[in-house]
Amino acid sequence: MDNNIEKYLQNLRERLIYLTDIFAGKHGDSAALLEEKLTAFAVRVRSGNCEDVYAELSTVEDLVAYVERRLEKTLTPMDRVRVVRHPQRVCLRDILENVYDNFTEVGGQDEHSLDPSMLIARAIITRRRGKKTYMQSVMVIGQEKGHGAEYRNGGSVKPWGNAKALQYMSVAETEGIPIHAYIFTPGSYPIEDYPGAAQQIARNIYNMAGLRVPVVVVISEGGSGGAEAIGLADRRLMLSHGYYSVISPEGAAAIEGRLKNGERATPELIEHCAANLNILAEDNLKFGYIDRIVQEPPLGARPWHFDFFRSLRQEVIRATDEVVISTRKIPVLRGLALARHRSPESDIDNLYIRWGLSAAAKARLVRRRQQKFLRLSRQAARDRRPFVTKTATAFFDWISKPWVIVKYDFYHKHQRQISTLMEEINNEIDMLKYRLLAPWRKLSRRLPSRTDNKARELTALSSWKEDGRSHRWNYISPRYKIDRTLTCPNSESYGCLDLWGPDLFAEFAGVCSHCGYHFPMEPEWYVNNVFDAGSVFEFNSEIEAGNPLGFPGFSELVARAKEKTGAKSGCMTFEARIDNIKMVVAMLMGTFRGGSVGAAEGYKFVEAAARAAKKRYPFLAYVHGTAGIRIQEGTHGVIQMPRCTVAVRRYIEAGGLYMVLYDTNSFAGPVASFLGCSPYQFAVRSSNIGFAGPGVIKETTGMDIPPKYHRSYRALSRGHIQGIWDRRQIRANIKQALLTIGGRNLYYR
Amino acid sequence: MFNISKLLDEIKSSPYREIIVAAPHTGKIAFAGVEIGARVHGPQGRWKETPGTKLCTLERECNPKPVCAPENGEICQVHRELDGHFVEAGTPLVVLRHMLTRDEVQRIILQKTLYLFPAPERAKYYFTPEADKKIRASDARSVTVHNGMELFIMSRMKREVPLNYTGPDGVIYEVYFKYNKNLDAGSPLVGICPQDHLHIIQNLVMRVQTEWTET
Repeated sequence: MDNNIEKYLQNLRERLIYLTDIFAGKHGDSAALLEEKLTAFAVRVRSGNCEDVYAELSTVEDLVAYVERRLEKTLTPMDRVRVVRHPQRVCLRDILENVYDNFTEVGGQDEHSLDPSMLIARAIITRRRGKKTYMQSVMVIGQEKGHGAEYRNGGSVKPWGNAKALQYMSVAETEGIPIHAYIFTPGSYPIEDYPGAAQQIARNIYNMAGLRVPVVVVISEGGSGGAEAIGLADRRLMLSHGYYSVISPEGAAAIEGRLKNGERATPELIEHCAANLNILAEDNLKFGYIDRIVQEPPLGARPWHFDFFRSLRQEVIRATDEVVISTRKIPVLRGLALARHRSPESDIDNLYIRWGLSAAAKARLVRRRQQKFLRLSRQAARDRRPFVTKTATAFFDWISKPWVIVKYDFYHKHQRQISTLMEEINNEIDMLKYRLLAPWRKLSRRLPSRTDNKARELTALSSWKEDGRSHRWNYISPRYKIDRTLTCPNSESYGCLDLWGPDLFAEFAGVCSHCGYHFPMEPEWYVNNVFDAGSVFEFNSEIEAGNPLGFPGFSELVARAKEKTGAKSGCMTFEARIDNIKMVVAMLMGTFRGGSVGAAEGYKFVEAAARAAKKRYPFLAYVHGTAGIRIQEGTHGVIQMPRCTVAVRRYIEAGGLYMVLYDTNSFAGPVASFLGCSPYQFAVRSSNIGFAGPGVIKETTGMDIPPKYHRSYRALSRGHIQGIWDRRQIRANIKQALLTIGGRNLYYR
Repeated sequence: MFNISKLLDEIKSSPYREIIVAAPHTGKIAFAGVEIGARVHGPQGRWKETPGTKLCTLERECNPKPVCAPENGEICQVHRELDGHFVEAGTPLVVLRHMLTRDEVQRIILQKTLYLFPAPERAKYYFTPEADKKIRASDARSVTVHNGMELFIMSRMKREVPLNYTGPDGVIYEVYFKYNKNLDAGSPLVGICPQDHLHIIQNLVMRVQTEWTET
């Protein structure tokens, strides 16, 4: 038999296997029909009974293509998940070979790499204008799943792989070349070895928020944190058969079904979760989290779909051009160039736009990127503020801008000079007074009463009245009313005696008197005991958590959480004072749906950062507890990672002091973004910090992890956090940190 | 001179250890559906992080605390008469029959057959540099000891004193202390085997490893 025919047959067989795999047993009749036709054709060819082999082959090919086109319409969200995970799916190396004109792999080669699942290459795109040819360089970064699947770890990047990506992003920034990132990951590898999964993703997102080169992202399999590690971009494209989600459908099903100890979710539950998480390209385009969809052939792109590579090439070049054009200052020229590029008839290869940017254009690029992310997902939170309040807030914002500029940028500058002068004058007056009153002091020292006071001060015992123990705490946990004892979890190792509840939750502030273990306390305890009494002023409390995706049964759960806690979302934002040092605080409350972050929480966090910037206050993120991103909100939740990080970066770059304090358990998305990016992070004793919990680590990596894997002391040794505080000392330590870390340019000064 | 077969038969005649699970403190007892003859397991996992089978709950001042099996075994006695009653600390609640493992049998036999040199006081113990060098180069059995030989360094509170071995001549068969770890007074430091008994002991260990069946 002709070798070519054998190759075609092999290709058809692979298409059939692919079709069977992605539908997981569905449409068995179509698959059986194709199987039958293919086998019959193969038998005829081998027996030499075919009159015109190529004509018959073409008929069979047409039939397969027809079935693919027909079944394309029946693809469910879970089928699409299977499409992106299939070994026949296009992967980054195919893209490098077919979309770019040339490339050199950097940062390791195949298995000889720091992390083979993160592939980095310098690539070239050749374009023409008239007779002239232009070579344009890009830095291509992305996860690789195939071409050596045995060492690629399924595209699940380890922390050092993400660090490598960040390193080459900086290289691209230095060289002034655009970055094309391709997301092919089911999620990041959740281990806490240095630099730590969460910590490294946070660093990546923070740095991408300020990258001064165009960044274009193409999403095929966008799994949560792993995707966000290289996903903050000026333009986000998505392959039509890809998915972009906060969690894998299996993970969501495990949470929904409350499965434990490696129990498997039923296929129906997984399908149900995939359908309700709105993970498809169309959904994400509708929400505004991606800018454009790149159409794939029926049932998804495979390496032999060369037309797809051509259209992908056009789309990434178009997106890069658009980003560059959008930084142009003159609106008319910008509009004309954009219109030309967006026209479907335009041949992008024959349009040349320089990708280098001036310093001013780079600043505009970063600003536009940041503003783009800040605008996202607002519609997903329920803002119940009355119209009058909203208008008044907007109006005050508007009128206070010039006032803030006058107050801080003009008045404060001169005030410092005046106050320096006044201090010097006061010093002179004090010295004069001291000299003038010297005879009187000499006389008064000889008076008997003075000696008596001194003697009493040295000999008398200190008074209990001044000790203030009787009124040590402004707020006491209601659990102190329960007459029972509690066992310290460390009692096995340290032999702690049982603690009596009324003592533990009142005077001891939830701290074991033997080993110092910190029992979790209510968020109210911190609000009332850390800050000056009566200084707490909550704002934006009307912004409510909801159910933006309409996830079945979730509205009731949110309503129950609201009723239980009396709060409307898991984030409380307020202004407060500690010894008259004013600050803005965003508190993630572990009592409200585990402190998970959704659109409302992100909205409030962004607003709080903006308020702190406007008022020139330090910004404290107090994490009473967070379980991660709220999965039932899908991408509305996951987009809070880059969004809130952008808000934090803007605040820090404007000169603010951003501090994070972790308590109880802090995991996943928030730690891997807007919390983990803070330069100053502290933890309360007995807290746990990490990227994924022990169950998830066991399930995804197969590794058993030691019982104290996520303890804050490990995070401290790794350099994730800067210190661990006793709960009873939080107030004093925050004040100390504000006074010492805060330099002269910080707002609170 | 000892009889290997007799020793083994002695252990085989009662191949278990009875563990009395007693109340760690006072409280009200509620047994957790354990029956005589039921198999229970001790703490499990690589770090023994999963507690053993729950035997009963002991409640004191509204603080229920589970009492779990400390070892694998079979329940041979349950003090059901205490169910729902207030008990004092140390009251036996459940008796477990823990079938001896191969390593446990070997440990018991070695302790019976070797001469165990005890630690005179609670301290950290090290070998003298000469002995240490030999042990590192091959193993502990390469070190021959005799009465009055300077074999250990006893270190406590920055006070290091040499310790002489007293006992029969022989080779070090087993070392019971660990580097940089404190050892209580009276605990064995090393197990000494006379040179001519070495092959008998090795034979014994071999028999235990091959003949003993773990259940």
